[in-house]
Amino acid sequence: MSIGIVGYGSYVPRHRIRLEEIAKVWGADAPAYKRGLGLREKSVPAPDQDTITMSVEAARRAIVRAGIDPVRIGAIYVGSESHPYAVKPSGTVVAEAIGATPDIHCADLEFACKAGSEGMYVAMAPVKAGEMEYALGIGADTSQGAPGDALEYSASAGAAAYVFGRERLVAVCEHTYAFMTDTPDFWRREYQFYPRHAGRFTGEPAYFKHVLSCARGLMERSGTKPPDFRWCVFHQPNGKFPQRAARELGFTKEQHDQGLLSPTLGNTYSGSSPMGLSAVLDVAKPGDRILMVSYGSGAGSDGFIWRVTDRVTEVQGLAPQTRAQLEGRRVYVDYGTYSKFRGKIRMGAE
Amino acid sequence: MRDVAVIGVGMNRWGELWEKSHRQIWTEAALEAIADAGVDHVDALYVGCMSGGLFVGQEHLGALLADQLGMGPISGTRVESACASGGLAFRQAYLAVASGEHDIVLASGVEKMTDVDGGAATYALSTAADQEYECYHGITFPGLYAMMARVHMHRYGTTREQLAHVAVKNHAHGLLNPLAQFRSKITVEDVVESVMVADPLRVLDCSPITDGAAAVVIAALPLKETRKAPVKVAASAAATDTIGLHDRDDLAWLRSTEVAAAKAYARAGITPNDLSFCEVHDCFTIAEVMVIEALGLAERGKGGEAAPSGMTALGGRVPVNPSGGLKSKGHPVGATGIAQIREAVLQLRGESDGRQVKDARWGLTQNMGGTGASSVVHIFTRA
Repeated sequence: MSIGIVGYGSYVPRHRIRLEEIAKVWGADAPAYKRGLGLREKSVPAPDQDTITMSVEAARRAIVRAGIDPVRIGAIYVGSESHPYAVKPSGTVVAEAIGATPDIHCADLEFACKAGSEGMYVAMAPVKAGEMEYALGIGADTSQGAPGDALEYSASAGAAAYVFGRERLVAVCEHTYAFMTDTPDFWRREYQFYPRHAGRFTGEPAYFKHVLSCARGLMERSGTKPPDFRWCVFHQPNGKFPQRAARELGFTKEQHDQGLLSPTLGNTYSGSSPMGLSAVLDVAKPGDRILMVSYGSGAGSDGFIWRVTDRVTEVQGLAPQTRAQLEGRRVYVDYGTYSKFRGKIRMGAE
Repeated sequence: MRDVAVIGVGMNRWGELWEKSHRQIWTEAALEAIADAGVDHVDALYVGCMSGGLFVGQEHLGALLADQLGMGPISGTRVESACASGGLAFRQAYLAVASGEHDIVLASGVEKMTDVDGGAATYALSTAADQEYECYHGITFPGLYAMMARVHMHRYGTTREQLAHVAVKNHAHGLLNPLAQFRSKITVEDVVESVMVADPLRVLDCSPITDGAAAVVIAALPLKETRKAPVKVAASAAATDTIGLHDRDDLAWLRSTEVAAAKAYARAGITPNDLSFCEVHDCFTIAEVMVIEALGLAERGKGGEAAPSGMTALGGRVPVNPSGGLKSKGHPVGATGIAQIREAVLQLRGESDGRQVKDARWGLTQNMGGTGASSVVHIFTRA
């Protein structure tokens, strides 16, 4: 019995800030940062947008593409590191908003940037077990970078949602594999506003070790090689890391470029590789194979192999496509507006 | 004083050694040096380490490392002189053997710098400057060397491109050193377009943050038989200068290096013209320019011309930093002085493979702390 994606949807906020605008404020060398990080601009959530609102937007689009009644969804798993509440679930708000309550199981997940793919991974299980018809996995974040920190150039906002089921599939999940170790490269403790990271330690022993090991493990277990895939998608903390991962694994630019959103989207954390997958599904043809590997600090990677079905062409135009949102109408904000939107300005007693 | 020779050397691959601890990288280098020497014990160990406390929260290294080596209760001494800790540790070990106190001694250096973030590493390094008169005002080492560079450029017409040539040359050398941290070719354009750190110094003018260790075994001459050809310590000298840059008569002159070198040349009975090669402290590109002037390899104010002319490249009149220098090989501060000596020994043994200096006869090492507040110079020759 096949299991896989029945519908998918993404959401990109309209506001953007250019890397030069951030660099100007901090006296940083913008051309060098653009080269070093492979980033040009990033999305910025408006003051009334958060992980829940973006999850709802993406979920509604996924349901449209799935063409199902939301009450048939048996579970919603929202992965994020910016759940609006420390205590109180995001999932129930999303469930209520899309009309999926009350016969539903909800859970909020957190695993740095991996929480979104984790939501997808976990949502497939009860469907596969026959416990329910459909389950929804969501990755969404309004990620935080401390003012002046390197993360401020990448931390952005976005969401992707996936409805999983057993019939009328858009993409079959052929294989999964996950690779985890205890690797403290990035963290945020309770009551801290901004995450901390271990600088260059976030590269080789963290991102690359897990992404490459997960991708290799997944291909080894499934007996596949890079040429067997039409597309590949990796977690995108900046523009450079995923391109190097793709190259080291033996994937070409043609396989990788479509899902690489970070140069103009930034790092949407839990939304990152799920959004990249949505951009690939927007253009994929029946029969295409997609390799997807996420990464979350702490650290681990979830790997998936998707095989696109005939139905994909029927749903691609049913909801806004990811690159159309990314490249469509944008509103550029200056650093002052960005600071206000992101709550970086302290307004006195609160 | 007895004559002393280096009879064994050891060093591991330098870089960001995430998987290894401070004590582990030191022990690897120490065991390799002991195996290279073919000895079954040492009478004492000296270790240069600038800041085990701030980098990994570990002091008391003499005892710790003697224990790691399984050679307790031998005497263990930690030596600190900022980035010259390794060179000064070697000098203390040399004095212990030359004086007759010990016969076989391990001289070593280690620094584990990547367990802390960039800000903490910058702070730890800044403790080598004058806290009260320099650091309290916010200055960092790139800032201090940038001021030295500015003065040198202003007074002598040294150019931005000339500085870049130092980094380009040392990277070209490092490409030939399998243990170097950065084995990559860079161009003058790469350097002058790299990220600005402290004007005029850019990131490719600066030596990196590195984890690494190096060790050598020394013994009194004459020796009955040795595994490898012994390399004689022809001279050992150290000198100091004002710790604060602002207290110097001349901001563009390294007096401690000049004084230590003069003593070393006199002791060895040679002149700068006799040198086959040098390993010098290029913590920033401007440092190499100023060091070769203080060593008498270039005229005062003319150091900038050396790298662009090819004089200090492998194959040039006097190759400087055939190992790749601090810029390419890496700069685990406490280990740097010992690694320079390892390179000198390999060169004089004829074991430097692709980066071998032809007919190497006399080699000089210069290791420096702070902005030159301390300098240690050694001269080596075949025994």
